[in-house]
Amino acid sequence: MTTPPRQVVVTGLGATTPLGGDVASTWEGLLAGRSGARRLTEEWIEQLPVQIGAPLATELPLARVEARTLDRSQQMALVAAREAWADAGSPEVDQERLAACVASGIGGVITLLTQHDVLREKGARRVSPHVVPMLMPNGPASTVGLEFKAKAGVHAPVSACASGSEAIALGLDIIRAGRADVVIAGGTEAAIAALPIAGFAQMQALSRRNDSPESASRPFDKARDGFVLGEGAAILVLEAAEHAAARGARVYGALAGAGISSDAYHVAAPDPTGAGAARAVRAALRSASLEPSDIVHINAHATSTPAGDLAEAVALRTALGDHIDAVAVTSTKSMTGHLLGAAGALEAVVSILALRERIVPATRNLDALDDEIALDVVSIDNRKIGTGAALSNSFGFGGHDVCLAFTV
Amino acid sequence: MSQDVLAGLAVILEEVAGVDPADVTPEKTFIDDLDVDSLSMVEVVVAAEEKFSVKIPDDDVKSLKTVGDAVSYIQRAGVAA
Repeated sequence: MTTPPRQVVVTGLGATTPLGGDVASTWEGLLAGRSGARRLTEEWIEQLPVQIGAPLATELPLARVEARTLDRSQQMALVAAREAWADAGSPEVDQERLAACVASGIGGVITLLTQHDVLREKGARRVSPHVVPMLMPNGPASTVGLEFKAKAGVHAPVSACASGSEAIALGLDIIRAGRADVVIAGGTEAAIAALPIAGFAQMQALSRRNDSPESASRPFDKARDGFVLGEGAAILVLEAAEHAAARGARVYGALAGAGISSDAYHVAAPDPTGAGAARAVRAALRSASLEPSDIVHINAHATSTPAGDLAEAVALRTALGDHIDAVAVTSTKSMTGHLLGAAGALEAVVSILALRERIVPATRNLDALDDEIALDVVSIDNRKIGTGAALSNSFGFGGHDVCLAFTV
Repeated sequence: MSQDVLAGLAVILEEVAGVDPADVTPEKTFIDDLDVDSLSMVEVVVAAEEKFSVKIPDDDVKSLKTVGDAVSYIQRAGVAA
């Protein structure tokens, strides 16, 4: 007989997204079915085949020096982490029992590109001495760790668009293993720049609906043609249940489990059988001691690519069997666009709120469900749900599959 | 001591490291008093080179502990140039 794992609860939430500068405005935007996508207006956009994206809704509230010495991905992580920490009650914690797991899929790519321009145009002496800490993919984790003096470890798992979820899964492992009592976990991404857009466009991964950005991200719809590149950050404060109880913390819900697998199929294309994704979902259920019948809601990865959405639908039926017909599925990305390494973290926030508020935000732009997709995708109207558990999927280039399980 | 150089340094320190210009007085040390870390100090030096049309070799930067050290160095370097 094995000892049940330490319970991990969520006590703080923070986000800055294409829908709003904090969790409340983002959630309100999701319930209202708003789109954060728009036509981009930067001067470099005219050369690109894709001219839409989902940038942050608001300016970042930072001191000028913070803005100067931190990559945009670090700035966003810092803003979201401050909100999450305040939301958790700004607890006094033993710094040696506090860890940070903050992921980015790409790292400081905007810094890399702009400083390369400085090097070429003005010379080596003008390159910022902050450039290396700004572009390293563990930069955001370091920023957050320094802000809150996390001394139990600072981590930045990198798994492309699964990075945010993997950071949260790592946070769960750390607390379960007893290496920390509190983990600030999440993801951040700031990659709205010419090179990433050009690269994703060359992969045929992006929607080309330049004339109708708000209807471009259309997960599970027959006419979907790729994702919309978004940016933002989302952070959760994870806490050992007994630690949260001892300080009388407000608890949103539990991070009940996490499952991780890998496709070993192709660097970018999803396995059409969904086998790897299904293994991650099953592993999350086992990790959480849940049965498929416990699941009432799934926040799908569902980026709006033709192949990805289809493979995920297959995977969910494989993993949950016929019970999938009773599950309310939604795609946050229909409104926020795809936040890459922050996507899983934002969708973890949204999953927790959906369970707690017992309402699933409808998937936007689902005019006609793809005939091949046998899922009950919530569309048009938000849907009330009963009590139970929720799953949040994230998959990434490289064949990464991560599934998080939440209960309230 | 040149008030122009001191005032110019204060502008740079505010821009680069968020230091309140009122705190920039000759006896203050960059690291301990003004909380300018070693990376930001590099930015201060590069900005000062540009602003005052001087060269401050990396080896000399280590000797610039206080604002007054930097003002004197810049004045001397400016005269030499």
